[in-house]
Amino acid sequence: MTAEAEAILRVDDLTVDYGLIRAVNGVSFEVAQGAIVSLVGSNGAGKTTTMKALSGLVPRAGGAVRFAGAPLDGVTPDGRVARGLAHVPEGRRVFPRMTVRENLLLGAYLRGRDPGVVEDLDRVCEMFPILAARRQQLAGTLSGGEQQMLAIARALMSRPKLLLMDEPSMGLAPQMVDLILEKIVEIRASGATVLLVEQNAVEAIRLSDVVYVLRLGAVIHRSAGRDMDESLLKALYLGHDI
Amino acid sequence: MEDIVNALALFANYVAVPATAYGAQLALGALGVTLIFGILRFANFAHGEMMSFGTMATILVTWGLQDAGIGLGPFPTALLALPVGILAAITMALVVDRTVFRFYRRQRSNPIVFAIVSVGVMFLLAGLVRIIIGPDDQSFADGARFVINAREFKELTGLEEGIAIKQTQIITVVVAGAVVAALFWFLQKTRSGKAMRAYSDDEDLALLSGISPERVVAICWIIAAALAAIAGTLYGLDKTYKPFIFLQILLPIFAATILGGIGQPVGAILGAFIVAFSEVMVTYAFRKFLAYLGPQDWAPDGLVQLLSTDYKFAVSFIILVVVLLIRPTGIIRGKVIV
Ligand SMILES: Nc1ncnc2c1ncn2[C@@H]1O[C@H](COP(=O)(O)OP(=O)(O)OP(=O)(O)O)[C@@H](O)[C@H]1O
Ligand SMILES: [Mg+2]
Repeated sequence: MTAEAEAILRVDDLTVDYGLIRAVNGVSFEVAQGAIVSLVGSNGAGKTTTMKALSGLVPRAGGAVRFAGAPLDGVTPDGRVARGLAHVPEGRRVFPRMTVRENLLLGAYLRGRDPGVVEDLDRVCEMFPILAARRQQLAGTLSGGEQQMLAIARALMSRPKLLLMDEPSMGLAPQMVDLILEKIVEIRASGATVLLVEQNAVEAIRLSDVVYVLRLGAVIHRSAGRDMDESLLKALYLGHDI
Repeated sequence: MEDIVNALALFANYVAVPATAYGAQLALGALGVTLIFGILRFANFAHGEMMSFGTMATILVTWGLQDAGIGLGPFPTALLALPVGILAAITMALVVDRTVFRFYRRQRSNPIVFAIVSVGVMFLLAGLVRIIIGPDDQSFADGARFVINAREFKELTGLEEGIAIKQTQIITVVVAGAVVAALFWFLQKTRSGKAMRAYSDDEDLALLSGISPERVVAICWIIAAALAAIAGTLYGLDKTYKPFIFLQILLPIFAATILGGIGQPVGAILGAFIVAFSEVMVTYAFRKFLAYLGPQDWAPDGLVQLLSTDYKFAVSFIILVVVLLIRPTGIIRGKVIV
C-alpha cells in the first residue's frame, strides 16, 4: 500500500472515558483506502474501546474521527452502518435464537428490499460454505468457529467500505485461525478496507500493511506489518522503547 | 358417574371459565410489560394506568356512540369504540416517551431510575384519568349478556350443575387469541419484528446491524399501548371499569411476567394463565365440589376455601416471592431484574 493513498479513516487524538476511567487517551492513526491495518497491544490497552468509539457504541470524550471524507460527530451507530462502516465485535457475537439466514439478513437490515441482498447472501455463503449448509439452523447451536464466520458474514451483508474486526481469531483452533486470516485477505481483495485487532496471531500482523501498537490507551509505535516480528512485539508489549 | 360430571361442570363454571377469561386479560397486560422490559430494559409501573387510560377513552367513545344510537346489535358497542381507545393509548405512550423517557435514555440512566420515573408517570396518568372520567366505577357493557346461562345449560344437559358463559368471556378469549396470534406473526415474520427481537437479545449487535433504537422503541410503545388498551377494555367489559383497580392489577401482571421469564412473550402468556388459575382456585370454596366426589350424603364441614376473595392479590404476591427466591429467571429463562 502506498503512503499517498487517501485515508478512509482518520482518528485524531481520540479519548474515551468509562465514568472516571480513561480507557483511550489520545489515540491517533489513519487507515488508507484498501489497506489492512492492525491495532495490537496487551490486555486493557484500549483496542476494543477504540473500535466501539469508531462504530458509535460508546461516546467519544474528545478528539475527532473522519470516515470516508466526513466527520462522524453526532452520527448514530445505524447512521455509521449506512455510511459503510461495519463492526465485528469481540467474542463471536450472533443472535443465538435466530437462524443463520435471519442473522445474515439482519446484517443487511438497512438495505431493505434491495435485490442485491439476495446476491450478497449467495456471495457470503460462497465465501463461507458451511453457512450455506447451516442456513436454517439456530445460530446459538453453531460451533464457535462457525459462529465467528457468521459474525463476519453478517457484517459483510451491509456491504461495508471499512470492516472493523475485533480479535476474530480469539479462542479458535489453529486451522480455523488460518481460514479466518485467509478470508480477511479475500475481503480486502473484494475492495473493502480492514481495521483489525489481533494480539496473539503474529501471522495476522504480518499480513497487515500497517501496525499500530497501543499501550495504556495511546499509540506507542507504528510500523509496516512485514517489519514486525515476535521479539519486537514482545518488547513493545512489555513497554520497552524502540 | 353423574356426580363426577356435575363436579366437573361446577368446576368449569366457577373456576375454569372465569379463570380463562381473566388469564387472557392478564396475558395481554403481561405481554406489554415483558416487551417493554425486553426493549427498554425497565419495569414499567405505569402499564396498569396505561390500560386504564385506553379503557377510559374507549368508554367515552362508547357513550358517544350509544347516544348517537350506533351499536353492534348483540355485541357490545365498546368493540366499535376500541380502535379509538387503542389510538388514544398509543398517542399517550408516544407523548410520554418523547417528553419523559427519551430524556433518561439520552442520559443513559440505569433501569432503577427508569422504573422510578415510570412510577411518576403512573401517578400522572391515574390523576388524568380521574380528572377526565372521575373516580367512580363505570359499567359500559351492553348487548347480550350470556351466550348460554346456567338454566339453559341444565335443561340442555339434564345435569344438576349449570355452566354459564358470558358473552364478554367469549369475546375476551377470541380477541386475545387473535391479538396474540397477530403479535407472534409480527415478531417472527416481519422485518420490524425481527429487529425488535434482535434488539431485545443483543442491543449492541442490533445497533451494529443498522437497527435504529428510536424506531424499535417507538414500535415497542405502540404495541404495548395497544395491548394495554385492549386488555383494559376486555377486563372492564367482563367486570366493570374501576379506576382504582389498575394499581392493584399491576401485581398479578408483574407476577405473570416474572413467572414466565422477563422479556419472553410466550412466558408472559403461560405466567398469566398460571396466576389467573391460582388466584381463582385458591379463593374458590371447594365444599360442593368435594361433596359431589365424596361418598353419598357426605360433605366437608368447612367451605374448603384456602383464602377469602378479599385476599386474592396475595396469591400473586406469593407467586412473585416464590419465583424470585427459587427461579428468578422464570419458567422460560428470561432476564433477571437487577
Ligand atoms: N464497560 C466498561 N466499563 C468500565 N471500564 C471499562 C469498560 N470496558 C473496558 N473498560 C476498561 O477500559 C480499558 C480498556 O479496555 P478494552 O476492552 O478497550 O481493552 P482491550 O485492549 O480491548 O483489551 P483485551 O485485549 O483484553 O480485549 C480497560 O482498563 C478496561 O478495564
Ligand atoms: Mg478487546
